[in-house]
Amino acid sequence: MASKARSVDPGEAVGIIAAQSIGEPGTQMTMRTFHYAGVAEQVPTGLPRLIELVDARKEPKKPLMDVYIKEELSKSEPKVREIAHGLESTLLSSLATIEEDFAQKLIRIAIDEKTISEEQISLDDIKKKIQKLASVSEGEEKNVFVIKPTKTTSLRNIRRLTNKLRSLHIKGIERISRTMIIRNADGTYRIRTGGSNLAAIMKHPSVISEKTYTNDIQEIERVLGVEAARQSLTNELKQVLDMQNLNVDIRHCMLLADAMTMDGKIKSIGRHGLSGEKAGVLARAAFEETIKHLINAAVHAEEDRLIGVTENIIIGQTVPVGTGLVKLKMKM
Amino acid sequence: MIVQKMIDRVKFTLFSPEMVRKLSSAKITVPDTYNDDSYPIDGGLVDPRMGVIDPGLKCKTCGGKLRSCPGHFAHIELVRPVVHPEFGKVIYFILKSTCHACKRVLISEKQITELAAMIDADIEGEIKHKRANKCPHCGEKVPEVKYLKPTTFSLDKAQLLPTDVRDWLAAIPNSDLKVIGFDPQYARPEWLVISALLVPPVSVRPSITLDTGDRSEDDLTHKLVDIMRINQRLDANINAGAPQLIIEDLWELVQYHVTTYFNNETANIPPARHRSGRPLKTLSQRLKGKEGRFRYNLSGKRVNFSARTVVSPDPMISIDEVGVPPEVAADLTVPIKVNSWNLEKCKQYVSSTEYPKAEYTIRPDGKRIRVTDQARQEILDSLGVGFTIERQLIDGDIVLFNRQPSLHRISIMCHTVKVLPGRTLRINPVVCPPYNADFDGDEMNMHVIQSEEARVEAEYLMKVHNQIISPRHGHPIIKPQEDYVSGAFFLTNDETEYDRAHACQLLAIAGIYQLPAPDRGGKWSGKLLFSLLLPKDLSMTMKSRLGEQIIIKDGVLLSGSIESKSYENEILEKIIHMHGNDAGRRFIDASTKMALEVVTQTGLSVSLANYSLSPEATKKIEEIQDLMRREIDAAVIQYKNKTLERLPGRTLRESLEEKIMGITSKTRDDGGKVVEKNFGLRNTSIIMAKIGARGSLLNAIQMAAMVGQQAVRSKRVTRGYRKRTLPHFRPSDLGAAARGFVASSFRSGLLPTEYFHHAMGGRESLVNTAIRTARSGYMQRRLINALQDMVVMKDLSVRDSRGVVVQFLFGGDAVDPMKAGIKSTAAAPDTERKEETDV
Repeated sequence: MASKARSVDPGEAVGIIAAQSIGEPGTQMTMRTFHYAGVAEQVPTGLPRLIELVDARKEPKKPLMDVYIKEELSKSEPKVREIAHGLESTLLSSLATIEEDFAQKLIRIAIDEKTISEEQISLDDIKKKIQKLASVSEGEEKNVFVIKPTKTTSLRNIRRLTNKLRSLHIKGIERISRTMIIRNADGTYRIRTGGSNLAAIMKHPSVISEKTYTNDIQEIERVLGVEAARQSLTNELKQVLDMQNLNVDIRHCMLLADAMTMDGKIKSIGRHGLSGEKAGVLARAAFEETIKHLINAAVHAEEDRLIGVTENIIIGQTVPVGTGLVKLKMKM
Repeated sequence: MIVQKMIDRVKFTLFSPEMVRKLSSAKITVPDTYNDDSYPIDGGLVDPRMGVIDPGLKCKTCGGKLRSCPGHFAHIELVRPVVHPEFGKVIYFILKSTCHACKRVLISEKQITELAAMIDADIEGEIKHKRANKCPHCGEKVPEVKYLKPTTFSLDKAQLLPTDVRDWLAAIPNSDLKVIGFDPQYARPEWLVISALLVPPVSVRPSITLDTGDRSEDDLTHKLVDIMRINQRLDANINAGAPQLIIEDLWELVQYHVTTYFNNETANIPPARHRSGRPLKTLSQRLKGKEGRFRYNLSGKRVNFSARTVVSPDPMISIDEVGVPPEVAADLTVPIKVNSWNLEKCKQYVSSTEYPKAEYTIRPDGKRIRVTDQARQEILDSLGVGFTIERQLIDGDIVLFNRQPSLHRISIMCHTVKVLPGRTLRINPVVCPPYNADFDGDEMNMHVIQSEEARVEAEYLMKVHNQIISPRHGHPIIKPQEDYVSGAFFLTNDETEYDRAHACQLLAIAGIYQLPAPDRGGKWSGKLLFSLLLPKDLSMTMKSRLGEQIIIKDGVLLSGSIESKSYENEILEKIIHMHGNDAGRRFIDASTKMALEVVTQTGLSVSLANYSLSPEATKKIEEIQDLMRREIDAAVIQYKNKTLERLPGRTLRESLEEKIMGITSKTRDDGGKVVEKNFGLRNTSIIMAKIGARGSLLNAIQMAAMVGQQAVRSKRVTRGYRKRTLPHFRPSDLGAAARGFVASSFRSGLLPTEYFHHAMGGRESLVNTAIRTARSGYMQRRLINALQDMVVMKDLSVRDSRGVVVQFLFGGDAVDPMKAGIKSTAAAPDTERKEETDV
């Protein structure tokens, strides 16, 4: 608890202060994207990233992770490089040429044997993976698989199947597209990956799971739960602002993160999230989608208890914030 | 103000046709407005029973005149009912979830009881999933209901007329309606089909008289005339026994007019247009969006007692003052309650015929009387306790001052009035940062507070000196900048010393009237004079931007020169934490005056000479650039021979660009070193950059040495012609100049090609600024809207308006970011107004 000299005053509109503290510097932020060489280009920073966080997008524009390797391995660059290579997801399209023959209604997959021997993948493994999608009949050569969908299959479905085959995951960790090695300050190495797959990376035997970082908040919520998501939302907000040399107290970021996660799931700031679920009809109507809210309120005979700020401004009464929170009755 | 009645809640419901008829003061029967003598027609759309908008006429319902009659609703009796277009979706949902035969909800009794028991049942989803093909109540097969937006429904390909829809909806039992989320007492679904259309009073849709004397009706009136006209034609056709086809056509036309009356932007419906071709602004358009009723008139309201003009700087007034032009002061008034202590003063105001005078008096019974020459004596005789006088604005009054965009709370602060000659509002330049104001023509608004409670709140919570520390980061936001920093630096320089006359002048201007003993053999050092501004118990050490150690001990500046970091932030912050906000204000007021006097006397300016390099330095710059060109050419050759080292994860081309960008930025940095060395600390531009007063080293480099690499999208310029940026270069030239390196300085002037490249980079940053303002503005609106109800409660938890806990303890530690800098062991800062004892 804070000493009295430093304590907040009851009634303080901390929500508005937090919103202003994060929003006001928005005009000073850059729109530039950041370039992580070799992993992901154009990673949003500054304002676009802030908007991304606040929107609680399903997936960030450029997901990436920082993977820390267990101590004994992390000092050797080749070992780390080897691990990093193992993480990279290999798709069927990078191992084989896939052609579709619409006339005969079949798909021909010609595996490049040189590549798979480099990657140490056996033909059988690939076949097994493909078989999960469609039944395989051997082609003229050993390294060619042919898929013959039934005669009735539409051309569109063949194209769809081809696309699925192209992005068929063969080896490594799914959604991890690229990796690179970064030297830490203490001389050890860590891996930065383009694409994020927290659950799989954390299970990797050589990875320090508790140090693993991803910028995909939604994924953190899925894998580790809201509390983790809340914490990382705070961290990300603070980090975005810090990178722009904008000094914003961490408490504002925490309040925003807490507000976004207070119901046990991440909600965005905006009409589909927090603002759309507010108590007052008038408050919702005054924000966005005015007509929709009024119509639904009428049908369901909704009642606005006038407990929010906007509602009271609309009807011209004292706002329940700050000194307006105090009610005083005087015996006269 | 004593609040006796408060609105507790607002309920939203539907009107039944009966309710509409009950509410109505008149039934509209004529599809017309005014007759030839421009008198409202009875039964027309501006029937005087609805209220009047013409001066002189009286409302036939309440007898009120223009201002006093609030207006009364009327109604139109539609011969054939129509569907309310905005509720089309709702009607579709009900039709889909009920049986066409028995009108029961299409889920079994068992499911109904189950759903009713659930707290948070997703009724809509449940019905969609559990809907049977056969009605669970009557066993009838369920045909498909189709909805053609916005108002047409069909059952098994047969169109449902609005009458059919109404009859269907009317037959649904109340108990079933409750299941699907309706409150039948307030919202029976058949009311969604309109048979009596409510007509808003004329005051809602006033007509305007043009200069020619013609009347121009409001868009809504136009629309209502359309509805009436077709409605009458439909009536006539029905009575004449016209064929069903014609009747249905007309019926549909009524539906169209009603649809556009409610919302002229309905999807799939051509908007109704004015004669001029402009789409009409109907009910929806009036409410919606930024200029709609909600955001324009309800969330933001117009006010009286306000002023707006250009602002200009006045460093001699205190930071919490505002200079008000006499014209403004004479026009704005402050209500003063007359009591036994101020009775005489009030009488003086009333009796005065010039500037500080009373404009109005308000009697205890609430009657407002203007103070005129005729009425003055009479008012003076009756004036007593319980009256209120409205007197003109005078020095010391409390006002709010604001500059848009109001991005944060310190965009509106409370100032004390100081009436000053001139026609601008004046502020101390120190309060520019919170308002983000400058004086290139900025205008600001001033609001005069009208109630005692508001005045007290403004003074305690919004006064400028209480806002010196920003709640955003806990450091000063109101701080001396630019010339003040230069002044303080010159003042506290080691060499600076003053003779008696100068020392006296500097102290006097800062409000110090006692001269201390000289500390430098009959002369006074600048450090000594500056120390007199500091509290006696201030001790701190800090590192300055110049790398010096600044030491303050017991309120005496022992060593180091004050620059921006120490002046703006650290000293000011510490004074406020130790002695409170008002001490901070006094420090700012006094120190800025002294600093300003110092720069004024010293003189601080820049000239072309500031940016003229010596011949040797110029040569050195050329050498650096030559080296750069050679390096770049070498890299390009390597690239063309494919011998360039590839960076991990990059293409060869990207590697080249990366390398060249590195070379060009290094070149500018090297140029910077030359500039810095050549100019040294005697160059005012460099001084200002170093102490953080204004400008940066980069500015000096760009003016004196070279402008440097221009970039578009963080890359060298590539756009323009095929394989080259401008026709002056050879195709595929990847050299420095061809890709936007500006080797000239601003002082020497740019080559035409350089000028183009510079303009390309300049345009990008302009475009970015425009986009950024829009994007960040919307983000902030959303943030504010989402968080505005969150308040710290008495238990220091943060809750929203519903009372839902957001944080159990604000920020985890209940520390106010504004006060976070205070040492937790220290006692609360002394906020009492205690004048510091003069030295």
